[in-house]
Amino acid sequence: MSGTTTAPGPLSSAAHAAHVARLTPVLTARDVSIEYEVDPPVRAVRDVSLTLHRGEILGLAGESGCGKSTLAYGLDRLIRPPAVMTSGQVTFHDADGTETDVVALDGDALRAFRWDKVSMVFQGAMNSLNPVISVRAQLEDVLTTHRPHLTKQRRRERCAELLQLVGVDPGRLDAFAHELSGGMRQRVMIAMAMALDPQVMIMDEPTTALDVVVQREILRQIMRLRETFGFAVVFITHDLPLLLEIADRIAVMRAGEIVELDTAEQLYAEPQHEYTQQLLSSFPSLLGEFSYDEERR
Amino acid sequence: MSTLEVRHLVKDFRVRDGLRRGTLRAVDDVSFTLAAGRTVAVVGESGSGKSTVARMIAQLETPTAGEILLDGEPIGRRGRALARYRNQVQMVFQDPFASLNPYHPVSYHLERPLRIHGVARGKEVTPAVHRLLRSVELDPPEVFAAKRPHEMSGGQRQRIAIARALAPGARFLVADEPVSMLDVSIRLGVLSLLARLQREENLGVLYITHDLATARHFSDEIVVMLRGDVVEQGPSDQVILDPQHDYTKTLLAAAPDPSRHGRLRDEVRAELAAQAS
Repeated sequence: MSGTTTAPGPLSSAAHAAHVARLTPVLTARDVSIEYEVDPPVRAVRDVSLTLHRGEILGLAGESGCGKSTLAYGLDRLIRPPAVMTSGQVTFHDADGTETDVVALDGDALRAFRWDKVSMVFQGAMNSLNPVISVRAQLEDVLTTHRPHLTKQRRRERCAELLQLVGVDPGRLDAFAHELSGGMRQRVMIAMAMALDPQVMIMDEPTTALDVVVQREILRQIMRLRETFGFAVVFITHDLPLLLEIADRIAVMRAGEIVELDTAEQLYAEPQHEYTQQLLSSFPSLLGEFSYDEERR
Repeated sequence: MSTLEVRHLVKDFRVRDGLRRGTLRAVDDVSFTLAAGRTVAVVGESGSGKSTVARMIAQLETPTAGEILLDGEPIGRRGRALARYRNQVQMVFQDPFASLNPYHPVSYHLERPLRIHGVARGKEVTPAVHRLLRSVELDPPEVFAAKRPHEMSGGQRQRIAIARALAPGARFLVADEPVSMLDVSIRLGVLSLLARLQREENLGVLYITHDLATARHFSDEIVVMLRGDVVEQGPSDQVILDPQHDYTKTLLAAAPDPSRHGRLRDEVRAELAAQAS
């Protein structure tokens, strides 16, 4: 990959501009740069500007090392040294009309903001659930921290309700992570992310480690919940075909930059950036014809 | 024509759950034939037994019952007979980050099988290493021979793993998810390398995967496994375009297809609308 010098901004179509004009922003990132302060420093995210709209699913596609996870973690202020956000603004536009400067948040204010407004579903549910406490204890932990006024009774009800929402039998509340299948663990993670009714959920490869059939069921569940509760999703994956099926818009990242940003329909029909075309051609169609062109490599 | 055949292969694993002991039948009566110059794909989800089939063929596991035949002869399980079998049948593992020794350069990984299997000795070894590197499209070979695994990308490492498998003069490759750990944009490159070797070197390839699309496009025959059983097998296009078994249909319906963008969203909306009314 050759070094890129100037960032002209992502390629987008007119259809995309028209689509976006009808939407209300919920999270705006402007000129975000994130650097890993190692030797030599790695600029993982380079001057990225991105707007997430209320209720939309925005796909963030790219290969390993392109900066997609770093960017998403930056949106929720989850980056830790050696990663540092060297520049940029992130603004959260709350449904009640208040605007929050996410970068300026600190201490209690940051703790109150995270998970309540923007929650996260991490990649490996295997490693994200605490193995030595029950599912109930982990779900209740979220509620006792963020909703201290809830009664014990109400908390218990909410936990059961959350599991039901994601299609897990509430009887499993007393189970430990190792007693659940991979799919169930990921559902529990989604339940936990939904506990506070966030307006934005960031999902980092939430289904990558799962079998296709289970993956499909979970995606279906996410889509159903999105339609019901109207939260916006940033969905990070390298699996472009999957994104094309679920996302409203897709941002394609390479080497820390968004090279193309468009509606899923447009991105599939008329990919403008060479890299998007290359990514799309990396997935042969299941039912269509395919011949691998050796010259293209 | 040279063939590798498995007949009624069964594998039981002993399992323990607390104080209870039992057996788990990981593979139950699997039969197929892999011919030189052909690719057979075994598809299924995790736990379907597809990797166990691969490991039995590579003789990393001993079958509980059934036979493996090479050119119609039952295979040897020890000593010289085993060494002869390993000359012919080699494995490419899933994770090229784990399957190469980080301490040694590429040349070491390729020289060893050449020497051990008596393919080359003395001054022949280095040219043989270079030939192997060229055959997996790593050019210039002198440069790659001196590299260590960490200096290469995942795709390059997997090419080394393929070269290593070819080194003993293998006629059959068992590739267990050979591209699932690689970045998407280099997967097809590695698969088409396997396809080229299969064509040009008349190699038989057993391609173990969960990806139906590449299974269809890169193999002649597909074997679909579910919990140790073969539920469907046949020519690739037939299995994918005209599936007979319900499980194959489920798998196909669950596979994302870029040409059906927005499908899941629209399905869910329709479902919810139907529920509401």
